[in-house]
Amino acid sequence: MEFETVIGLEIHAQLLTSTKIFCTCSSSFGAEQNTHACPVCLGMPGVLPVLNKKVVEYAIKMGLATNCKIASRSIFARKNYFYPDLPKGYQISQFEEPICEYGHVDIIVEGEPRRIRLTRIHMEEDAGKSIHAEEFVASDETLVDVNRCGTPLIEIVTEPDIRSPREAFVFLNELRQILRYLNICDGNMEEGSLRCDANISIRPKGDTKLGTKAELKNMNSFRGVEKAIEYEVLRQTDIITSGGKVQQQTLLWDDKRMEVQPIRSKEMAHDYRYFPDPDLVPVDVAPEWIEAIRADMPELPAARRERFRTQFKLPEYDAAVLTETKDVADYFEAVAAHIDDAKLVSNWIMGEVLRTLNEQKLDIADFPINPQRLAGLVDLIQKSVISGKIAKSVFTEMLTSTDSAQQIVDAKGLTQVSDSSELDQVINDIITANPDAVERFKAGETKLTGFFVGQIMKATQGKANPKVVNQLLMEKLNKK
Amino acid sequence: MREKSGSDLAVNSYSEIRNEILSRNITCTALTAHYLEKMDEGRDMNAFISFFSVHAMQQAEQVDLAIQNGNAGALAGLILAVKDNIVIEGQKATCGSNILNNFVSPYTATVIERLESAGAIIVGKTNMDEFAMGSSNETSHYGVVRNPLDPERVPGGSSGGSAAAVAANMCLAALGSDTGGSIRQPASFCGVVGIKPTYGRVSRYGLVAYGSSFDQIGPITRSVEDNARILQCIAGFDERDSTSADMPVPDYTTTLGQDVNGITIGLPKEYMGEGLQPDIQATLDETIQLLEQAGATIKPISLPHTEYAIADYYILVTAEASSNLERYDGVRYGHRSREAASLEEMYVNSRSEGFGAEVKRRIMLGSYVLSAGYYDAYYRKAQKVRRLISNDFHKAFETCDCLLTPTAPSTAFKIGEKTDDPLHMYLSDIYTVPINLAGIPAIAVPCGTDNQNLPIGLQLMAKPFDEPMIYRVAHFLEQAQR
Repeated sequence: MEFETVIGLEIHAQLLTSTKIFCTCSSSFGAEQNTHACPVCLGMPGVLPVLNKKVVEYAIKMGLATNCKIASRSIFARKNYFYPDLPKGYQISQFEEPICEYGHVDIIVEGEPRRIRLTRIHMEEDAGKSIHAEEFVASDETLVDVNRCGTPLIEIVTEPDIRSPREAFVFLNELRQILRYLNICDGNMEEGSLRCDANISIRPKGDTKLGTKAELKNMNSFRGVEKAIEYEVLRQTDIITSGGKVQQQTLLWDDKRMEVQPIRSKEMAHDYRYFPDPDLVPVDVAPEWIEAIRADMPELPAARRERFRTQFKLPEYDAAVLTETKDVADYFEAVAAHIDDAKLVSNWIMGEVLRTLNEQKLDIADFPINPQRLAGLVDLIQKSVISGKIAKSVFTEMLTSTDSAQQIVDAKGLTQVSDSSELDQVINDIITANPDAVERFKAGETKLTGFFVGQIMKATQGKANPKVVNQLLMEKLNKK
Repeated sequence: MREKSGSDLAVNSYSEIRNEILSRNITCTALTAHYLEKMDEGRDMNAFISFFSVHAMQQAEQVDLAIQNGNAGALAGLILAVKDNIVIEGQKATCGSNILNNFVSPYTATVIERLESAGAIIVGKTNMDEFAMGSSNETSHYGVVRNPLDPERVPGGSSGGSAAAVAANMCLAALGSDTGGSIRQPASFCGVVGIKPTYGRVSRYGLVAYGSSFDQIGPITRSVEDNARILQCIAGFDERDSTSADMPVPDYTTTLGQDVNGITIGLPKEYMGEGLQPDIQATLDETIQLLEQAGATIKPISLPHTEYAIADYYILVTAEASSNLERYDGVRYGHRSREAASLEEMYVNSRSEGFGAEVKRRIMLGSYVLSAGYYDAYYRKAQKVRRLISNDFHKAFETCDCLLTPTAPSTAFKIGEKTDDPLHMYLSDIYTVPINLAGIPAIAVPCGTDNQNLPIGLQLMAKPFDEPMIYRVAHFLEQAQR
């Protein structure tokens, strides 16, 4: 029997607001434990939450970017459960009436266009961090760091529209790209600023009824999500083909052992007793506010990819690589504004620039060659002032200098020699100095052209225009 | 003029002595010393959980200095007690519960900040029903409070300590909190004035939550004028409380002394009849006569959904309470059980040892109405009923300026009389609970005594934010009795 995989994802994204969602504590990552805390986020008796408006703005941004309907009125709810890292005994979240609903994200998976619908996006607060089994924690102890309590999150929930582990990966990547373009989440799964749970079931191909699902948690990388889903699909297929039944349960992915472990059923027997939080008033969103946010939105990754293909006539691959991050795409456009040959710019950025960023572990924002300087360099190549090879050495020079490409070329006398009278002498000398080679060439050993060009380049320190050299060399050799 | 010493003071209200304080005929230190002595003498009444003897004297010296420098605040020298569910930095806030027996607040409530900067002197924290859940002050972990008018009787609840302290003249005024009648019912039982302001009128920041959509802080005082002065100070928008109203605060003293000629007072028929103590009905009838003679129009009206109020209230308030009290888990503060081998046991034991029976009952009830499968039948339906009850009032205020009812169906009852029968106890809030469901303002004002000389308080209500109207009528009734 052939099976179809059905996957729905729940993604938590930590928002990059400077303060927490319901108090004025800093929400920055990496501070000393329990220093970003106040009576409000500690859940002291008598405190009240006050909503950070920036969180609503960011949620609306994400909603608009994913084609959601933005609710003119949404409400916060309490999700009640006991845990030491949850100071109030409830998490303030949204349940009924979330801020965004009915969205979708279009992706292309192995050449096929796919639309993944979003059920909802809602706002909520993060819990603190329970720390067990670290060096400084005794084996029978759990310590709590409350810095993360009240860090703003959005939870993005998809419909069960995803059909393969690969598709989940591509979707997640697209979603992260959007979050990063909007500059509302840094999208780092390893650090936990982006978290993804997956609901997985399988069913005989052609069936419309959903099979029993398992919920997968604890994946902390994109690859981990794909691997965990692959594993779970195989596990469920094995169960069903051997006549068994899939249990509805929550499973934890173990990235080291590459397998899943069920959570003890006691831990998941929660009735969260959601109800509207009486301490917060409904969030009213005026249409004018939505329009102001929309007007302030950057071009999104999909639109930009498409524009790079049409406006700059770039291949799909180039468009995808250059738009991977907004900063690189901006950089490309800033360079391309000065250069007619967009593909040449693309080659340079995908090649030398990205390689250097990778090697030096730099963000493009910190890259020492700004777009104007790179444009200057590419311009010299385009105008045949220097060869591509010379350009690479100029590029290396520019990494540690503030000079323009032109200044470096001038100072080092690297201008390409295209003047035939200058080259005539050099070529004549090489021909004279290598009579044997000339004889063999004339006898039909045409691959010796390379040898002559190499000698000429060496004699001109690479500055000779290869095109002119080739032409002159052929004329002279054939005349012999 | 000779400076009055503490023992000379036979003070009736703050407003009466305010000028003497400002002219420094009475010093705040003398006044404070006098009241601290009275508090000490009245210890048997058990009205206080904490005594701020040293702190209060220091505050008094500062206020004296401010008066001397011409910087007297609006409430300079107001000797104030505070219900123990309103937090003050560095002071205990037990909420009448064992679970917060050792809890010291790291911050101060907005109302306290406002009162202290207006020159109020806080002399202590008052006893209360545990987490404000009770109508007799008998659920307090710190023991029952005795009614100063009859030590065999309850002072009412949950702000029983506050009402008793004011009635016994152990302070000039006290703050209470009112979720379903917790200011008005004890004020009525003790013969003092207590207001439950419009929901959102006073910041709840620093009031330990019981039923968040019901709770309001209000003053309990010896006169209507004192009451208006204190509300003036604590009312108004607070950016730390999203549910506080961003509306201007009118001058509450301007309507004091205005007559009642031409105003329409509604009499809801559902608040009379069966279950109402006859003496109270008689007082109500006399009061109606008095108002009519003064030119008010009395209009019988109906609030048809009143009969659902108690059931509705106990579904909604316990739902909120069950969630509000989840933070008392023994992890960060409060009582933690010594007998626990696991996290779960720590939770269960700490809460079992920390909470009293009534609180546990309400947590159970609230958890039940919110649980999966019951939410629609209870919580959601109760929200709809709340809307209907609220609409009853809004409709009444289309034709009435205010409404007049008893505050409670009886005068102060005997200690122990109702403790075995929670339902019977819940019914003592039957006339006050609907007001909190609707969020409107209401005041309890003493209007007479029953045949045992126990005070009878009547209740006046007005439309949202029309505290000036109820102060006006309350002041009229107060003056008419003098």
